[in-house]
Amino acid sequence: MWQIFHKLGSPKWFFGISTRFMPWLLAGGVLLLMAGVVWGLAFAPKDYLQGNSYRIIFIHVPTAFMAQSVYIMMASAALVTLVWRMKLADVFVKAVAPVGLVLTFLALFTGSVWGKPTWGTWWIWDARLTSMLILLFLYGGVIALDRAINDEKSAARAVAVLVVVGVVNIPIIKYSVDWWNTLHQPATFKLTEKPSMPAEMWVPLLLSVLGLYLIFGWLACVRMQTEILSREQRTRWVKEFVLKGRV
Amino acid sequence: MNAETRLAAQLASSRVGALAAMKGVFARDMKVAFRQRQDLLNPLLFFIMVVTLFPLGVSPEVSFLSQAGAGILWVAALLSVLLSLDHLFRHDFDDGTLEQLVLQPQPLFLLILAKTTAHWMLTGLPLVILAPVLGVMVHLDGNSIAVLCLTLLIGTPVLSLIGAIGAALTLGLRSAGVLLSLLIIPLYIPVLIFGTGTVAAAAEGASVGAYLALMGAFLVLALTLAPFAAAAALKISLSNG
Repeated sequence: MWQIFHKLGSPKWFFGISTRFMPWLLAGGVLLLMAGVVWGLAFAPKDYLQGNSYRIIFIHVPTAFMAQSVYIMMASAALVTLVWRMKLADVFVKAVAPVGLVLTFLALFTGSVWGKPTWGTWWIWDARLTSMLILLFLYGGVIALDRAINDEKSAARAVAVLVVVGVVNIPIIKYSVDWWNTLHQPATFKLTEKPSMPAEMWVPLLLSVLGLYLIFGWLACVRMQTEILSREQRTRWVKEFVLKGRV
Repeated sequence: MNAETRLAAQLASSRVGALAAMKGVFARDMKVAFRQRQDLLNPLLFFIMVVTLFPLGVSPEVSFLSQAGAGILWVAALLSVLLSLDHLFRHDFDDGTLEQLVLQPQPLFLLILAKTTAHWMLTGLPLVILAPVLGVMVHLDGNSIAVLCLTLLIGTPVLSLIGAIGAALTLGLRSAGVLLSLLIIPLYIPVLIFGTGTVAAAAEGASVGAYLALMGAFLVLALTLAPFAAAAALKISLSNG
């Protein structure tokens, strides 16, 4: 158990193992995402209320889901950085923060595009939209802090503190934004409740969520490998890798 | 021997208890602050000016101001606390006092708690005292003003405490001010929502006990957790130098 833990902390070991399973992640991800999206866009039945416009759900929900789950993953890795000082954990945080930012932006963007035909407006100050917007700010803060500190080690640890503080705050923010919204205006616009969705709709949705997960895994590996190469550029194994093309 | 080194020497040499050390840090921060009075005045002036911008920029109508007044005051107070946060550790960082504090045998989070308390007494509390005057200027009624002051009294310490984390994280960085705002504003949102929500509830005649209790919960949470996070951040920032 501890041996695996120590191995996980070694950038070289990770570099080798990730190179091996990355093609599978990419292939599986593309396959699932294609299946989910094509099924969802072309074959799933029309929504009785929203017609075809609801089909953006097959892109919107996976991105929104991932945007939140990436922050949770980042926070777990940040905790590992603070407690065990594991090198790979802070490489992970640094590598996936921009991915999380882009996913959050995509979720907001697709939501806004969906909102126009359904609600008749690009943006409303709805609780869920607002908390996603705040999540975007949190990602932005993490990236900005990371860029601002020159020293790699203290940047990693400072970012870890910020991410952990952020994750403590996320439930509070989410709860208070929900509360704020019900105070100021009743939910005039409500999406059709989820459970009423038939299997022909939620199966492709599930496929595209899983597909995006795998693609995220691949993307995280690519970005972590790049980061590892740049951090370990003075070590012998990186030099050998560059010369021979393999670890 | 100047005040800083004397404090450090006192704390280190004798076996000063944690409480006495906190008192010492608090008293010193107050003393240093009162020797630069203009620095104390600036956040207050900023507070007044931001509030002035709203009638000028949006509408001087009584109906608008009385409705938006609590929100305006809260946002202005939030911004002016944000502005003053840079001072929390900056001077001590520049002259090396902060390193001495980190090296003390007393727990760092207690010393930070003392510093943050001093910071609140010097910025948050004056804002609370000033708020009724500005409340009258934006046409809030008496009851709303009283509730507003109460929420500011509970809320501004939370702003100082959360801000301490951000100030510690951005210590010694280029363009620390803007970065600090980016990091901290999202974390301030719950306090703002409940602060203005309480006043809105009071204006509608609803009972505010539950709202105040929730704000009190924020304060307790911030008091117990924020000093630890700020202490961790401070150690990282100092090792960076």
